[in-house]
Amino acid sequence: MSRPVTVLLFAAAREACGTGRIEIPHREGLTAAAVWEGLVREKPALEAFSRTVSIARNHRFVPRDAAVEPGDELAFLPPVSGG
Amino acid sequence: MDDFRITTDRLEEAAIIAGAAGVRDGAVVAFSGVVRGRNLGRRVLHLEYEAYEAMAVPVFERIAEAARSRFGVATVRIHHRIGRVEVGEASVVVVVASGHRGAAFDAARRVMDEVKRIAPVWKREYFEGGDVWVEGPKEPVTE
Repeated sequence: MSRPVTVLLFAAAREACGTGRIEIPHREGLTAAAVWEGLVREKPALEAFSRTVSIARNHRFVPRDAAVEPGDELAFLPPVSGG
Repeated sequence: MDDFRITTDRLEEAAIIAGAAGVRDGAVVAFSGVVRGRNLGRRVLHLEYEAYEAMAVPVFERIAEAARSRFGVATVRIHHRIGRVEVGEASVVVVVASGHRGAAFDAARRVMDEVKRIAPVWKREYFEGGDVWVEGPKEPVTE
């Protein structure tokens, strides 16, 4: 069995989800967008972030259609506001 | 020597600047981002910062590397505070050392703009009457 994917959420998205860390099983052909859609189905409050969320795979920004590999750390980032 | 940190400690500008300039450097520019006591007409009580720490430091490194190749500067340091930060305290400090002042000013500006654009850091503003997550640019980042 392949290693799961670790999904991280931060700030307002973490609060909307109710948790900041979820492990999900990997499947062949999985994309970042598919993971997000799965999260939104589970937690409809996340839909508010669908248009603005940035995605990072293993600490690098990736486009929504990026492939997700077993063991990846996939983070969904609401609009950043550091500084 | 470059230095990139996410920390809950108070940022001490003098300590972050210390030793940034090497023997070939004639300029050190330091920028401090400080918590304003007023924002959008509200009285701010304090801010609470959160970061994706494991990603923030590599992002700082990439921002610094881009500034080094674009402006030819020598040293870049970025320290960002997380947790509760009071009005008047620094939430971020950027230090750039270079041979000459022009490149140091330009690079410091660029580095700070990039930190605000892409560093995975968020702030929650606690003001008189409530609190709210502050959201930056709404366009998703692809770096």
